[in-house]
Formats: sequence, C-alpha cells, structure tokens
Amino acid sequence: MWVFLVTEVMFFGGMFCSYMIYRNMYPEAFASTSRYMNVMLGAFNTAVLICSSLTMALAVRSSQLGQRKALIWFLVLTLLLGCVFLGIKAVEYHEKWVDHHIPGPGFHFEDTRYTQHAQILFFLYFAMTGMHAVHMIVGAGLLTWLIWMAERNRFSSSWYTPVEMIGLYWHFVDIVWIFLFPLLYLIGHTK
Amino acid sequence: MTHHVVPVRVYVSVFLALIVLTFTTVAVSELELGELNVVVAITIAVIKASLVVWFFMHLNQSTSMTKLFAGAGLFWIAILLTFVFSDYVSRGWVPRAVWWR
Repeated sequence: MWVFLVTEVMFFGGMFCSYMIYRNMYPEAFASTSRYMNVMLGAFNTAVLICSSLTMALAVRSSQLGQRKALIWFLVLTLLLGCVFLGIKAVEYHEKWVDHHIPGPGFHFEDTRYTQHAQILFFLYFAMTGMHAVHMIVGAGLLTWLIWMAERNRFSSSWYTPVEMIGLYWHFVDIVWIFLFPLLYLIGHTK
Repeated sequence: MTHHVVPVRVYVSVFLALIVLTFTTVAVSELELGELNVVVAITIAVIKASLVVWFFMHLNQSTSMTKLFAGAGLFWIAILLTFVFSDYVSRGWVPRAVWWR
C-alpha cells in the first residue's frame, strides 16, 4: 500500500510542480486570483476532512479491537464527512461557474491585465481539486465496500487488512488537501 | 499487521492539533508578511502532513521497510521539485553563450 501511495505522491507531485513553475512565472496574477477563492468554504472543508481522518483512524482502531458495531459506525461517519466535503466542493465549483472563472471561451477575470495568466491558475485549480475530488469519490466507494464487508462480519481483530489499507489511502487524500488548501486558497489573498 | 492499539486520547490530541494549525494558517494568511506568508503556509502544511503520517497512518510503529518507502516518496518528490525549480529559476542567470556566431 505504501508503494502505491508513493506513486500517488508522484502523480500529485507533477501537478504541484507545474503549479510552482507558473506561480514563479506570474506571481502577481496568481496572487490576485487567490482573492477570488472562498477561504471560508475551503477552511471548513479542511476541518471536515480532518474530522473524517480522525473517524477513519478510530475505525481502524475499532477493527483492531474487533469491535464490529463501532467499526461500522466510524466508517459510516467517515463516509458521511467525505460526502459533506464533496458537496461543499460542488458549491464552490458552482460559484466559479457563476463568476465566469472556468477557463475557456466564457472566462472573465476582474483584473483584465491578468486574464490570460489567471486562466492558468484556474485551470490548475480545477485540475488539482478535481483530481483530489476523484480520489475522494474512489475513497467513498471503497468505504461503502468496507461497510458492506463489516456488516457481513468479514473482519476480526486478527484480520482487518482492508480497513487498514483503505485507512492509509484516506489519510493520504487528506494530506493532499492539507497542501492544496494553503497553496490555492491562502497564499496572497490579502493583496 | 502487528500494530498495537493506540489510545483514543492520542488520536483526539492529534486531531485537535490539526484543527488548531488550520485556524493558525488561515489567521496568519490575513497578515501582510510578504514572502513570509508562503513560508509559514508551507511550514504549517508540512507539520500537519507529518502529524497525519506519523500518528494516523501509524508510521511511528511501522517497520523500517515501511519507513524506507515513505522516505523514498519524500525523496523522489524532493528531486522532482528541486531539479525542475532550479532549472526555471536559474534561466537567465548566465548570459547565453555566443560561440556559434
């Protein structure tokens, strides 16, 4: 599982790398775009994901102890928090749509000097948060499967490997967001 | 899978630390610190990620092999970012050679 996560690090690493290059090339344009990110929603979503990581960690703990009821309970909670995150993300995407901040022919940026470069940032924003959201959706599917398996009493304190592996995956997706949040929402939003 | 069971107290403390750090990073981003804003934001993100990896992902009680793989991931990403960035930053430092004229 860790080997898979290392490949995932490289996958997201490529996108972080392109973010870094463009940020270095057009610092003013990038700083002016992060003002249009919804920091409140972003911060709230960060908290939601951290909560879901806690419930996931507790789910793994319950499975170690062989507490089936608690395991299902924490998995359902994790899944719900994941759905809350995705719901808020959808609200944010809708906001971008209304503000014409989706790259393409309909793109409109308030500061016309930066129209071209701002599109690059919004493109990266959608690519990075979009890939992250896809990972969340996959995670939600895996959690559903875990709940189903736990419901059928497939795990015990001597065998709970799937819970632990999917737990690792879930925490990894949380870590990606931990980096995305300051880079996309916070940097330069006072300027 | 021989991890021993960690008390709930540890998970909750890590969780609280993560929430406090999130508030801190948002609060600091409201201040005008120039370049320092980026440094603080990244530093807090690294601390948060380390907390998650170390406690939630149980790296603190993993085998050396697992630690090696986690370290390798960190190392490869460092290579990627450092080499690419050193290229982009250093462009234009040295005037282009004119030997072909």
